[in-house]
Amino acid sequence: MNFREYRTGVSRGLPVGMGYFSVSFGFGAMAVSQGISAWTATLISLTNVTSAGLVAGLTVIVAAATLWEMILTQLIINSRYALMSLALSQRMGEKIGFLPRLLIAFFNTDEIFALAMARVEPLTVPFMLGLGTLPIVGWTLGTLCGGLAGSVLPASIQAALGVMLYGMFIAIVVPPAKTDKKILAAVILALCFSSAFTWVPVLKTVSAGLAIVICTVAAAGICAALLPIEEEAEAAA
Amino acid sequence: MSIYVYIFTMALTTYLIRVLPLTIFRKPIRSRFLRSFLHYVPYACLTAMTFPAILSSTASILSGAAALIVAIILAYRGKSLIVVALSSSAAVLIVECVLKLTGVLA
Repeated sequence: MNFREYRTGVSRGLPVGMGYFSVSFGFGAMAVSQGISAWTATLISLTNVTSAGLVAGLTVIVAAATLWEMILTQLIINSRYALMSLALSQRMGEKIGFLPRLLIAFFNTDEIFALAMARVEPLTVPFMLGLGTLPIVGWTLGTLCGGLAGSVLPASIQAALGVMLYGMFIAIVVPPAKTDKKILAAVILALCFSSAFTWVPVLKTVSAGLAIVICTVAAAGICAALLPIEEEAEAAA
Repeated sequence: MSIYVYIFTMALTTYLIRVLPLTIFRKPIRSRFLRSFLHYVPYACLTAMTFPAILSSTASILSGAAALIVAIILAYRGKSLIVVALSSSAAVLIVECVLKLTGVLA
C-alpha cells in the first residue's frame, strides 16, 4: 500500500466529503420526516452512494411501490454512472485489477469520477481508495446527523453548503474549456440541451436523471462525430 | 414488504450499473469515435448536471446565479477546487443575507 498516494487521494476527496455531508444531512432529515428511522436512512446512504438515486428510492419506499419500480427508477436516475464507469475504466488502464475495481465501482459517484478524471498523474488503487474515503464517511455521517438532528440547520445554510458541489463541478470544467475549444464546444452543447430539458414544454417533463443521460450522450456524441480527438490529446487526457 | 428488501434492490441495481462497465469493458477501446465520446463524457455530464440546476438549488434564483458567476470567474482565473467551492457557497449566503435585509426574501 502506497500511503503517499492514499494521502493524496484523501486530501483531494476532502471538499467532496464536506459537500456530501451537507447534501446527505438534508437527505437524513427528509427521510426521518417521512417515517424512516435515522439508522435505516444511514443504511440506505451507506449502501447507495448517490444523491439523486436516494431521493428517488425514498419516494418508491414511502409509496410502497413494487420492486420493479425501484429497479426502473434506479436504472434511469443512475444510468449516467454506466457512462462514467466506462470512461473511468478506460482512464484506469489495465494495471488496476479485478478486485480493486469491484471496490472502486461502489463509490464511483459524479464527484469522485470528476476528481479521478481530472488527475494528471496515472490513477493508482491507493489513490482511488483515498479519494473515496472521506466522501463515504461524510455521506454516511451526514445522513446520520441529519436524521438525528432533524432539521436543526436553517434551510439557507444547507442550500449554501449544497452549492459547493456545483462549485466543484465548475472548477473542474472551466479550466480545460478555457484552453481547449473542443471541450468548450461539448460544454456549450450540454448547456443548451440541459436548458432545453429544464425550460422547453414536453422536454421538461422528462425525469432529471434521464435528461442528464440524454444531454450527455447527445453532446458527447455530436462532438465525437464532428470533433474527434487527436491521438496526442487522448494520451494527455 | 420489508424496507430492507427495497434497500437491497436499490443498492444492487446501483452497484451493477457501476460495476459492470468497470469490470467487463477493461480492454482499451479501438474505435476513435467511442474514445472521443468517452473523452467528452465528463465535461458534458458535469455541465448538464450543474446548469441550470444550480439556479434552482437555493432559496432564490439570484443567490444561485451569484454562486454560478463567482465559481466561473474564480475557476477561469485558475483558483483551486476548494477555493472555488467555498466561494460559491459564501456567495449564496451573502446574497441571501442581502435579500433578507432588503425584504426581497422572506
